[in-house]
Amino acid sequence: MPQVASSPRGAASRRWFLKGLAASGAAALYAPRVRGQQPAHVVVVGGGFAGASCARTLKRLGPELAVTLIEPSLRFTACPFSNPVIAGLREMDAQQFGYDALRRDGVAVVSQAAVAVDAESRHVTIADGTVFSYQRLVMAPGIDLRFDATPGYDAVAAEAMPHAWKAGAQTLLLRRQLEAMDDGGVVVMSVPASPYRCPPGPYERASLIAHYLKTHKPRSKLIVLDAKDRFSKQGLFEAAWQSLYPGLLEWVSLSFGGQVTEVQPASMMLVTDFARHRADVANVIPPQRAGAIATAAGVADQTGWCPIDPVTFESRLQPGIHVIGDAAIAGAMPKSAFAADSQAKVCAAVIVDLLRDQVPSAQKLVNTCYSLVAPDYGISVAGVYHPRGGLLAEVEGAGGTSPADAGPAFRLQEARYAEAWFDTITTAVFG
Amino acid sequence: MGWGGLTFVAVAVALCCPAMAQQAPSGAVSCSGCHASAGSGGPVASLADRPAEEIVTALLQYRSGERTATVMDRIAKGFSDDEIHAIAEWFAAGGEQSARRSQP
Repeated sequence: MPQVASSPRGAASRRWFLKGLAASGAAALYAPRVRGQQPAHVVVVGGGFAGASCARTLKRLGPELAVTLIEPSLRFTACPFSNPVIAGLREMDAQQFGYDALRRDGVAVVSQAAVAVDAESRHVTIADGTVFSYQRLVMAPGIDLRFDATPGYDAVAAEAMPHAWKAGAQTLLLRRQLEAMDDGGVVVMSVPASPYRCPPGPYERASLIAHYLKTHKPRSKLIVLDAKDRFSKQGLFEAAWQSLYPGLLEWVSLSFGGQVTEVQPASMMLVTDFARHRADVANVIPPQRAGAIATAAGVADQTGWCPIDPVTFESRLQPGIHVIGDAAIAGAMPKSAFAADSQAKVCAAVIVDLLRDQVPSAQKLVNTCYSLVAPDYGISVAGVYHPRGGLLAEVEGAGGTSPADAGPAFRLQEARYAEAWFDTITTAVFG
Repeated sequence: MGWGGLTFVAVAVALCCPAMAQQAPSGAVSCSGCHASAGSGGPVASLADRPAEEIVTALLQYRSGERTATVMDRIAKGFSDDEIHAIAEWFAAGGEQSARRSQP
């Protein structure tokens, strides 16, 4: 039976309530306190880059706050640099991070899934029925893969044709399939239309799979079926493919029949309007939407993503709830870990201001995304964003991609910066 | 300006600074995406314990193209002189670490 706050719902808005924490593995048990003495409670749903960074920053900027992070996984598995894991260049344990540092900072980490949000009464319910009340809720649910979007592609099909778009078991499954494939095999990737998590990610993956094939199985071929005609860092990727993987990697754009309309996992077939591609290894990256709890909370719109205010990250649909990271509609800002962390820190400062009855100020945000096209060949795209016309818009004249004419030393330096970025951001958020 | 004026400025600075340390200037919190708060030994420089003038000079030179870079030239172009000075002064005053010390 669900546990609920013992006070009437109206009075509970200044009160928060935890029960069953010992059972859920959290360290502290908080008793409700007398109104006026207790700290404001901020609940964060989702422990990826956005949620973990926001929870930690909230506690740093507002030590007086009670901050609860609700995340079912005991360890976070990072998507950035999971492509090198697929290509055998990196091991999975380098991708995994725990929440002990957040606990040490005073964040209450609850290892369960959030299952319901009542935006009106400001309550979150977790899997065991415990109800938390909040003054402010941060939702960072990341993405859900749409298993209803491509005929034939569901969770069962993903065991034969992995998506590997949430790092973890799927990442290792795709790696094992590549390792088991005979030289001379055909690998087929399917890439969705925008928006989706990590715009350049599929092309980094294609590059590193091509690198693996060139190194270990040079008679093989990689076909990339794309539901788009244009993609992030396209000129840089295509130039690198031409010089590094000629004849090995074939990119098929939307206009040339790249959109996959159906998959048949039993026969390992990917179907487009123009052709049927039989794969020895298939990597189907399906269309996506905000994590399901966003829809349950009423913060996702018909697109499946979450409209927000570009200054406060507060939901356009539900007051008191802020949405950050991949789930948010952040205008020109891409769905990246760097962007998620930038948004998280701005959102935390906004919430601290709001809870102290101060007016938050508009902030610029930065994104930098590195991609590896080979282990020693990195490229990047950067952008600076500011709130304009109700969205986060690019600051004109800033940002852009690595120069097209850069030499090998520059590409090597960007590859090393990519690795350094990963170490820095994961240390800042989880270390 | 006489001593009275200076005293006034000093008091004003003393009063303002806990709040100033709290409020990161526009864009500043994104820097730590790549720049570690303490020396990490990695290839990206830490911004901790650098004088404000050094950060201002670097950003202005990245912005103008006078100093070459991989990404900082592209990022610096998104910030005005005032924003660059504010970011530099915030880092020189301790940056994100200074927020730990401030209370409302």
